[in-house]
Amino acid sequence: MMRAATLRALFHAASAGALHDNPGRFFLALLGIALGVSLGVAVHLINASALNEFSLAVRGLTGKVDLVIRGPRAGFAEELYPKVARLPQVQAVSPAVEIDVPLSGSSDRLKLIGIDPFRMAMIQPALLAGMQNQITDLLDPDAVLLSHAAADWLGMKAGDTLRAYVGTTSIELKVAGLLPPSAYRQRLGVMDIASAQWRLARLGRLNRIDLRLHPGVDIAAFRHDLATLLPAGVIVTTPDVEVERSASVSRAYRLNLDMLALVALFTGAFLVYSTQVLSVLRRRTHFALLRVTGLTRLALVRLLVAEGALMGVAGSTLGVVLGYGVAAAMLKHFGTDLGAGYFDAISPALHVEPGALALFWLLGIAFCVLGATLPAIEAGRRAPALALKAKDEEESFKKQRAMPYGMALIGFGLACTQAPALTGLPLLGYLAIALILLGTILILPWLVAVLLPRLPAPRFPPALLATAQLKASPRHVAISITAIVTSFSLMVAMLIMVGSFRNSLDHWLTRVLPADLYLRAARGGETGFFTSEEQARIAGTPGVASVRFLRSQNLLLGPDRPPISLLARPVDAGAAHHTLPLTGPSRVPRADEPPPVWVSEIAADLFQYHVGDHIILPIGGQAMRFTVAGIWRDYARQTGAAIIDRDLYIRITGDTLANDAALWLAAGASLQQTRQALRERLRGADGIDIAETREIRATSLAIFDRTFAITYALEIVAVLIGLFGVSVSFSAQALARRREFGVLRHVGMTRREIGIMLGCEGIWVAGLGVGVGLALGWVISLILIHVINRQSFHWSMDLHLPWLALAGLAAALVAAASATAVWSGRRAMDRSVLSAVREDW
Amino acid sequence: MLTIRNLNKSYAGVRHRAVLCDIHLDLARGEYIAIMGESGIGKSTLLNLIAGLDSPDSGSIKLDGTEFTAMDDDARTLLRRERMGFVFQAFHLLPHLTVEQNAALPLVLGGGAPAQCSQRTHELLGAVGIAALAASYPRELSGGEMQRVAIARALVHRPQLVLADEPTGNLDPDSARQVLQVMREQIKSNAGAGILVTHSPTAASTTDRIYVLTAEGLLPQ
Repeated sequence: MMRAATLRALFHAASAGALHDNPGRFFLALLGIALGVSLGVAVHLINASALNEFSLAVRGLTGKVDLVIRGPRAGFAEELYPKVARLPQVQAVSPAVEIDVPLSGSSDRLKLIGIDPFRMAMIQPALLAGMQNQITDLLDPDAVLLSHAAADWLGMKAGDTLRAYVGTTSIELKVAGLLPPSAYRQRLGVMDIASAQWRLARLGRLNRIDLRLHPGVDIAAFRHDLATLLPAGVIVTTPDVEVERSASVSRAYRLNLDMLALVALFTGAFLVYSTQVLSVLRRRTHFALLRVTGLTRLALVRLLVAEGALMGVAGSTLGVVLGYGVAAAMLKHFGTDLGAGYFDAISPALHVEPGALALFWLLGIAFCVLGATLPAIEAGRRAPALALKAKDEEESFKKQRAMPYGMALIGFGLACTQAPALTGLPLLGYLAIALILLGTILILPWLVAVLLPRLPAPRFPPALLATAQLKASPRHVAISITAIVTSFSLMVAMLIMVGSFRNSLDHWLTRVLPADLYLRAARGGETGFFTSEEQARIAGTPGVASVRFLRSQNLLLGPDRPPISLLARPVDAGAAHHTLPLTGPSRVPRADEPPPVWVSEIAADLFQYHVGDHIILPIGGQAMRFTVAGIWRDYARQTGAAIIDRDLYIRITGDTLANDAALWLAAGASLQQTRQALRERLRGADGIDIAETREIRATSLAIFDRTFAITYALEIVAVLIGLFGVSVSFSAQALARRREFGVLRHVGMTRREIGIMLGCEGIWVAGLGVGVGLALGWVISLILIHVINRQSFHWSMDLHLPWLALAGLAAALVAAASATAVWSGRRAMDRSVLSAVREDW
Repeated sequence: MLTIRNLNKSYAGVRHRAVLCDIHLDLARGEYIAIMGESGIGKSTLLNLIAGLDSPDSGSIKLDGTEFTAMDDDARTLLRRERMGFVFQAFHLLPHLTVEQNAALPLVLGGGAPAQCSQRTHELLGAVGIAALAASYPRELSGGEMQRVAIARALVHRPQLVLADEPTGNLDPDSARQVLQVMREQIKSNAGAGILVTHSPTAASTTDRIYVLTAEGLLPQ
């Protein structure tokens, strides 16, 4: 075992000098790791805080109950409640109406829960413990009690009026007070159940029944028996499954963000790798002298790995602190939503998981150690006699044979793309990307050695010298472009994926928005609808040639699945491909088959539906059989959707209400005048939202762009780290080549010409990196589109290459790399050229 | 051809040090001289000033009547490119260029036509006896061979003035003798002038005249 004093002396002899001479390069590598770790920590903390708050909020809704009976948005008949309450196993039962209401004057919505306070007190006494004085207030039919989060968000206090839309008109509720701070964490309001049923147009309907069972009752067995008593589409579940089902909606999105954050860390590791490789090369004679004077091979390797670990400890520590600060600031100023809208109704505090912080800290160190180990082994292998001989750099590299391993990794990665999702997540898809990326990095030296000799020999002397320099040092070039290939390929992949998604969304919007005008009963929530009389008025509006009404409900198909949307609208089964964005062939059911349903590809993936299948959907409390007539692309509803003909829906349910209307104008009718006419004919219906197709399209695309803003931000950081890598590499080489610059100045090369030479080298190197990055990025984008996205979100999309953006990004990167090369060279040229060759003069 | 008058150079710093005092030198075309002197006396500084790599405190350096000290850095660099050649003690060949590419460097920088560059380079590599090594890289050469490449590079563009600093300092006696002989032959055949800075009396003896740099100035031996 080496003594501490010996280690200190060794570190001083082998490492301290390098650190002292080039602190900037070490600082950049350290910053790369710190940025990677900080992004990982920040994204993870924000997600964990959101999820923690979300789980607490969902648990708060159900409280400490044994089972929850839950119905779809349309609810179920309240007659179920006494039936369940009378079951001998049930100790206490609490019915509820739970509904999102659109708020007047905004596009926001608020969850309102109608409860029977006396029944609820039996189930959740702790929850209502602080509400004794408010329970009587709640019996006022207009009264609502707001959670503190809702009151803060709405800026309301007791006595204020809360306006919300039901149907197309506004109702007024009186804020009777605030719920105890411990009652509910999310934004919501509580009403008396009877008031809620009346004021929110849910008479005779319930959404939820909470149950507590007598001690000793076998919950699983009772749940199974109870399920048989429930109407179709009503499920019984446990609070834990409720939490899991709610969280599962955002699970893939959260994993995607975590993976993106890891990309930055991955790039940082390559930065450490290139820093260490170049640093080891520069110190090779130094190490050889230490070896000659008795330092063992193993001790040298340990020393260099320890260098990487030290860099990792410093970078990781800085990264954890930075990430914590970023997460705290993001939560304070922007909340936890991260753009996707999953957590926009909760206001969490920073939830720190020490285990996760430690994991990211260790990951940062592990990546640094990994980045330092390969160069350390290489340094240990090199014979001191060879290393003492000058200019052995490229010679020593020639012995490395990583190409077969690289090809094997790429092959294994490609095989992983064919694997299905694991536990609903594209884990093997991510593994495939990591393997292909790593494999490409391993074959880079070979690839560069093959490509470089094919570089043309330009006439312009600085360019000629640059080309000669690169051709003679393929391994250096490979190291220089490692970080750039990593970050740029991932940026390209994201650009192609997001570009394909946006393009597909644009085309999809064109297909699903064929009308001239669209009406919605309310901008959001679940209580907006058009009555039959309003529908007639809309249809009779001057200038309107035809109208297509749509009724939207949701269906619960299983206790562990989020509800899918049911869309009832006119569809001509024989011409569905004209009106629906079908992804494949459709079929018209035979006369002896059940009626048609068109399912979204998300629903098809989740429930394994195929065209021609006969499936059962619980509509209007009945289990109805349908024939899957087609599968359509749907980017609007993330948990799946099914379309049936509206006439059929009305026949099954008797529900003639509609949520949306698509209007085609008569020839010559003006959009503006028709909008005005609609407003006049629906006077008093101030909740309706009238929009032209282009407005909906613009809003949809703006939401899309906002959703992906965070991914762009993460990718930009990865590219910045990649540029750090280029800078580290070029500045290391520029310093190592000062003597060469000195000689060139002696033989008559001006500073400007040397700058041009370095610029050319930068262009070639970055060009190679960008070329390889483009090809690799394209491959990764295919995995993102066809494997990751498909397995995460079940969305298909058409490949679309955003050439302009790719070319712009490539040009910007090449220019930045070239400028970095010139800048690094100028720094090396700052000192007098005399000192570069002073050993001789 | 080269005229130096009243050249003075000192280095500022904690310890102000006058290095060159009132140096005078006239070097005619075809002349090859040696400058000797103790270590630290300023031989390298004098070469730097003649090459335009450093600026004097006062005095004049003229090459064919052109005042060198009044030029800006780019002009001095271009003048060096066209009219001077350098031979270093440590050879300083560019490792990523072949022997031929190293030797042709001044011609390439001068924008010469590739065919003419190639012809002249081969001619000179032949003259210094390493034509067979044209495609080799510096790492594959011995010290003597590398210095021959350096001499070829210094003379390939037919410079008016060749500056050599201890060109045999890293060579064995046999190689040193051959290199000195080649250098003299090439400078003479090129009708240029040469300045050889050396500690070695043997090396100095291959030149036409020997000067000794002292604190009092540059004195003929």
